[in-house]
Amino acid sequence: MDLRFREILQSGKFVVTSEIGPPKGTNLEKMIHHIDLLKEKVDALNVTDHQSSVMRYPSIGGVLCIKEQGGEPILQMTCRDRNRLALQAELLFAYSRGIRNILCLTGDAVPVGDHKEAKGVFDLDSCQLLQGIRMMETGKDLGGNDLDGGVEFCAGAIVTPEANPLEPQLVKFEKKIEAGAEFFQTQAVYDLDKFRHFMEYASRFEVKILAGIILLTSARMAQYMNKNVPGVFVPQGLIDEMASAPKGEAIKKGIEIAGRMIRTVREEGICQGVHVMAIGREEVVPEILAESGL
Amino acid sequence: MIRSITKQKGTEEIVALLEGIERVFIVGCGTCVTMCRTGGAPEVEEMSQRLTGVGKFITGTMMIPVACDEISHEALSEHDEAINQAEAALIMTCAFGVQTIGRQLQIPVIPALDTLFIAKERGVGLFEEICTQCGDCVLGDTGGLCPVTSCHKGLVNGPCGGTNNGKCEIDPDKDCVWTLIYDRLKAQGKLDRMRRYQPPRNNQVSPMPGKIFIPIEERSE
Repeated sequence: MDLRFREILQSGKFVVTSEIGPPKGTNLEKMIHHIDLLKEKVDALNVTDHQSSVMRYPSIGGVLCIKEQGGEPILQMTCRDRNRLALQAELLFAYSRGIRNILCLTGDAVPVGDHKEAKGVFDLDSCQLLQGIRMMETGKDLGGNDLDGGVEFCAGAIVTPEANPLEPQLVKFEKKIEAGAEFFQTQAVYDLDKFRHFMEYASRFEVKILAGIILLTSARMAQYMNKNVPGVFVPQGLIDEMASAPKGEAIKKGIEIAGRMIRTVREEGICQGVHVMAIGREEVVPEILAESGL
Repeated sequence: MIRSITKQKGTEEIVALLEGIERVFIVGCGTCVTMCRTGGAPEVEEMSQRLTGVGKFITGTMMIPVACDEISHEALSEHDEAINQAEAALIMTCAFGVQTIGRQLQIPVIPALDTLFIAKERGVGLFEEICTQCGDCVLGDTGGLCPVTSCHKGLVNGPCGGTNNGKCEIDPDKDCVWTLIYDRLKAQGKLDRMRRYQPPRNNQVSPMPGKIFIPIEERSE
């Protein structure tokens, strides 16, 4: 009951998560609308933490909104903006407010974002944050001091199955598992043959893998990601398919492709679930899930 | 050889720093800034002309062989007359030189350069930062390549997800050091080193500002 998402992960059911991007400002209307649209449709909802190093309403604020709306939140925490004191304090706060799921990330670099002169912290990395959570669960903080009231979290991390080169990423993947990651949400995968190959390797570990599905909104967006997003490769066939959509209906084609991929992953049991990212178009996630037959 | 890497401040900033000051003495250095083309003899001459052009009176210029050396006061004393006529000294050296000279002159020192990093010279005109003097050396586990310095995020447990084609997320001209570390450890048959969990780092081995007194005893060599 307390660790609902962990139980879902272990239940053997096909797991579906999605994510919410908080607003730049205090107008929470759209975010809450997206939460209401998605909370019943997915098993858990991530809230991004200053994604792409762009300053926004905090992920902890977003997950509390999800909690208030009756959803199951996953708190994304990056190591970019807080040192180990601030990270631990936020974990204590999150736990005290009923948050039980954490996704541990290194965080994008500061210069890619909208506060290019800010100091990047990176006092811990994703492995150390995971290990830190497991340490705090023993009742001690990272300084070795006793905690008055502990924590327990279902902790996850990310992996990029199509990174180039892949091998160094796999070393990190295994270190994250050893540090305590229970589940992984992957960077977007589009080439399912390559992803099957990755899963042949990853399935030897006792972790749940949720394949990252990013909604394609146009052929241009696909080309942009190929050029600019590390580890994302949209095959030419999919780009052509997006380009073939009648004018104004590219998004429909994107929904169809995403739905088809989810269906394949589920029907073939390639991995244990999917993490659907519709960056900025969260309102169409229910359509993607409907298209997939979920 | 270790080099201090600098870049010149813009004229606008230098002029702003010299606000209310008419008579200026300019100091260059014969070492790193000469190599960087930021404070060598030609740059000092160019700066002298530039400041004359904005209405400053240059009382004199000089080149110090090694501005960060404690003996630079001897070189400065040879220019006492021109220095005494000046209201400020514009220092075209790295910040080590600016502070060394600042302790030796009565008049204010104004930096004309920004000091970027301490580098190793890899080739003609190519300088790379390879050590940040962190006090907690990890080179033994990283194939002799420093991720604390050469990874933009200073990660010690492996690459981030931003690396692409062996290059860094922030600059495709910069190598992802974790790709290099992986390749080197693999070639050495030492990948187990990279698989080791590195605990959170001690950022206070030598709390800033670094200061140490080493009792130097005579020894026969």
